[in-house]
Amino acid sequence: MRTIKAEEIKDKVKKLVMDAEYFIPEDFIGAIKSAKEKEESPIGVEILDTILKNAEVAAEEQVAYCQDTGYPVFFIEIGQDVHIEGNIRQAINEAVREATREGYLRASLAYDPVLERKNTGDNTPALMYFDIVPGDKIKIMFAAKGGGSENTSRQMMLKPADGWEGVKNFIIKTVANAGPNACPPFTVGVGIGGTFDYSAVLAKKSLFRHIGERHPDPKIAKLEEKLIEEINKLGVGPLGFGGSTTAVDVKIEVAPVHIASLPVAVNIQCHAARHKELEI
Amino acid sequence: MSEPKKITTPLTEDVIENLKAGDRVLISGYVYTARDAAHKRMLEEYEKTGELPFDIKGQVIYYVGPTPPKPGQVIGSAGPTTAYRMDKYTPKLLELGLKGTIGKGWRTEPVKEALKKYKAVYFAAFGGTAALLSKHIKSVEMIAYEDLGTEAIRKLYFEDFPVIVANDIYGNDVFQELEEKYRKIDLSKLPQFCI
Repeated sequence: MRTIKAEEIKDKVKKLVMDAEYFIPEDFIGAIKSAKEKEESPIGVEILDTILKNAEVAAEEQVAYCQDTGYPVFFIEIGQDVHIEGNIRQAINEAVREATREGYLRASLAYDPVLERKNTGDNTPALMYFDIVPGDKIKIMFAAKGGGSENTSRQMMLKPADGWEGVKNFIIKTVANAGPNACPPFTVGVGIGGTFDYSAVLAKKSLFRHIGERHPDPKIAKLEEKLIEEINKLGVGPLGFGGSTTAVDVKIEVAPVHIASLPVAVNIQCHAARHKELEI
Repeated sequence: MSEPKKITTPLTEDVIENLKAGDRVLISGYVYTARDAAHKRMLEEYEKTGELPFDIKGQVIYYVGPTPPKPGQVIGSAGPTTAYRMDKYTPKLLELGLKGTIGKGWRTEPVKEALKKYKAVYFAAFGGTAALLSKHIKSVEMIAYEDLGTEAIRKLYFEDFPVIVANDIYGNDVFQELEEKYRKIDLSKLPQFCI
């Protein structure tokens, strides 16, 4: 049994959140740079340059890359041989609270969705998905999920008869509808299978895979490649001003499914691709 | 792309008539911030009192909820938010004299019609490039609804704030035109889903 103090988790998560807001992942920056070489629209190239410059300024000055500093979403894997001294939920919320205040992040959460929509003031409560895994470590994955791209994400309960063709069309249609509103170039997270809710969790979690990292199953990997190609024929382009860079990557995760169902969820990630993880 | 046109707020009809979808524009002068919560409250209060928190005639609204400023900054990161969420309220504000809005993404038909009818423009700024865009904002003044935090109405001073005319008074739409230009897929062949 290994003991990890909640206080340690708080300190590390606070830094994780602030770093994610200021420093856009290297793999995404690399993807934008290579997209620039292939982009056929002149304004598209200019926008990709602006995106790179924005990332540089945010990192240099340690300011938020985007004013929408997002909904804090955590995927937490706790090794079954770990004993946490203290309250991990409280520690993570405190980390978010302190990161919001000391990192000059925007308070972007409202207490309730339809009554008063009063701002919580500190980006808590964070959304946390917990999982128990073998081992004596804790892995914490953080995403700052912006509202603009989240709003264009969709879930659909297809019929088994719709098959891959139906799934593919739904994904392409969702990306087309997201268009300029969701700040492309996108990373498109896809969850197929599971239940209604689990497909969406899979879609969100898929976005933690590195850009260019294909699904371990070569058949799924092929579908991802095909989708990237199709999506980039849509013409949406960087920030929707036309072009061939609508998505830099597509990630598919799959899960066993009920014999009556074919759930599919598409989680759109904007170019503020703020994902970061740590292990304790 | 042509040289950017420099314009100053408040906007006059002469300036607006001269703006076409796709034009690069650098905006200087005062603009007001408002997003979802401020729009809702503004229009609810207008229903009751017949007044808005600021004189809207000829003015420009920037759809933004900035991050708080770090010490030494005028404003934190301040890029545009998605415009269509304000579409429920925009035609009324245009009727009352609003001449420009700045956001990201496309507008719905009623807004495009209202832009033509009331002679106003919708400008798109580069979404997500908030660290860069904030450098064009030189002053900030709280105007109303301070309790809304980031969603409060603020008066900003712009210096050469870069935008593109997305929808003009002639019914043109830059997103539609450019997307169609680069599209290599037949969208009509995709089945209709309720999304």
